[in-house]
Amino acid sequence: MGTQKTINSLQVFLTEVGDISYFAGRFFTDVFKRPFEFKEFLRQCYNMGNRSLLLVGVTGFIIGLVFTLQSRPTLQEFGAVAWMPSMVGISIIREIGPIITALICAGRIGSGIGAELGSMRVTEQIDAMEVSGTNPFKYLVITRILATTFMLPILVIIGDAIALYGSYLVENIKGDVSFQLYFSEVFSSLEFGDVIPSTIKSFFFGFAIGLVGCYKGYNCDKGTEGVGLAANSAVVYTSLLLFVIDFVAVLVADLFYEL
Amino acid sequence: MKKNTINSNAVITIRDLKKSYGDNYVLNGFNLDLYEGENLVIMGKSGSGKSVMIKCLIGLEEHDSGTVIIMGKNIDDLDHDELDELRTEIGFLFQGSALYDSMSVRENLEFPLRRHTKKFGEINDASPLVMEALESVGLARAVDLMPSELSGGMKRRIALARTLILKPQIILYDEPTTGLDPITSKEIVLLMKSVQEKYKTSSIIITHDVDCARAISNRMILLVDGINYAEGTYEELVEMEDPKIKAFFK
Ligand SMILES: Nc1ncnc2c1ncn2[C@@H]1O[C@H](COP(=O)(O)OP(=O)(O)OP(=O)(O)O)[C@@H](O)[C@H]1O
Ligand SMILES: [Mg+2]
Repeated sequence: MGTQKTINSLQVFLTEVGDISYFAGRFFTDVFKRPFEFKEFLRQCYNMGNRSLLLVGVTGFIIGLVFTLQSRPTLQEFGAVAWMPSMVGISIIREIGPIITALICAGRIGSGIGAELGSMRVTEQIDAMEVSGTNPFKYLVITRILATTFMLPILVIIGDAIALYGSYLVENIKGDVSFQLYFSEVFSSLEFGDVIPSTIKSFFFGFAIGLVGCYKGYNCDKGTEGVGLAANSAVVYTSLLLFVIDFVAVLVADLFYEL
Repeated sequence: MKKNTINSNAVITIRDLKKSYGDNYVLNGFNLDLYEGENLVIMGKSGSGKSVMIKCLIGLEEHDSGTVIIMGKNIDDLDHDELDELRTEIGFLFQGSALYDSMSVRENLEFPLRRHTKKFGEINDASPLVMEALESVGLARAVDLMPSELSGGMKRRIALARTLILKPQIILYDEPTTGLDPITSKEIVLLMKSVQEKYKTSSIIITHDVDCARAISNRMILLVDGINYAEGTYEELVEMEDPKIKAFFK
């Protein structure tokens, strides 16, 4: 009984992975086909920024603040407070900024896309598009995936900047460090090897958020529960996928370091 | 009518259409001819496969076997672009209206025009077309409302306006009056009649509303057990003795 259940759920999982890969494949074949829905793409970019900017900003600020406050006593103990800007800079830019921003966007944007496309599927709006001669995959899915892919790195950069500013405020108040000193310390400790991988990673994060949200919504089951389930599972699957991508990204970046 | 003859003055011909979902055999060899200018009513119980049939007809669902010929073209032989072009000649009124919630009424009506420039040429100003379609359904004043601000009957009419904007030759109505009160239903039926006179369309109307069927049909098909169980005018069908047919007209 138990093994049968495991096999079944494994089967469901693998089918799901296969379906998402197929969906991604369709994205890559259709994305280059004309016509390109540029207006809808811009609208989605705007929507995404508009819906998540405040959240990303506030979270980034608090993380910068808290992170600095909490590491300060330890660094002080070792007499290494001067390293604070480099330490905070590297950890935020390499890891904390991208993953926190992506998780927030998975909750905010991914679930929104899942619910929106899901309810369009259930109320036959997607079919109506198809009948009226607009390819709904191009109009709805491709524009959204592109929008999340392009917007997430931008949001990450903004989030990073605000987090660093929060950290600077703590240093300024507690340690009397000037703005200029703080940020020149941050930038001198950063290397290409920190910035480039995390930017590339952010693109993948954005792609994952758009892809899973669209996949879940577009293939939503009929009925009202279907929509809730689509939104919910979009967030769960995306969050998992984000950590997997993060892990792979670290492995790959590490390989490059060795070279 | 013999099963496999294809009538040349039919705008839509369906022969031996089959469709199943897993073990659920919904359509088991359905036949239909729609002639020019005619209002063909399809009646059937809930779940008998009426919506599935009409979705196979327009290519939203793939049929398992059988042929669908629309205005002389077999839809299985068409590629995506050709199918889209054919669809400009067909209006589809969805069972639940299917208005785009995120767009205003005006944008809803403009949407089908975006990709159908072949039929109309490049459209710089769509508003005359939008207003004309809205006036045909008597809702010109709703042009700047959002779908969430409309009542069920208004949604149905806006959806009809959205299909009219492409000036289709064929309109498919999936339960146009279901869920509306009797008075609004009558209004919708009158509207469908006036549309047919104005635009000279041929229509397939799916319904289980007997009053609607009597008012609008030139001919009727009863869909039972996945086949065209009985055909004829309303009066002919009412007279039939078969209990399965009688059940519809109680
Ligand atoms: N996408 C689908 N997947 C699986 N089964 C489906 C699907 N669409 C329809 N069915 C099944 O096909 C049958 C016919 O459904 P359909 O929607 O055509 O009924 P209907 O005649 O339009 O009913 P109603 O009058 O209630 O609209 C039902 O048993 C339904 O469960
Ligand atoms: Mg139906």
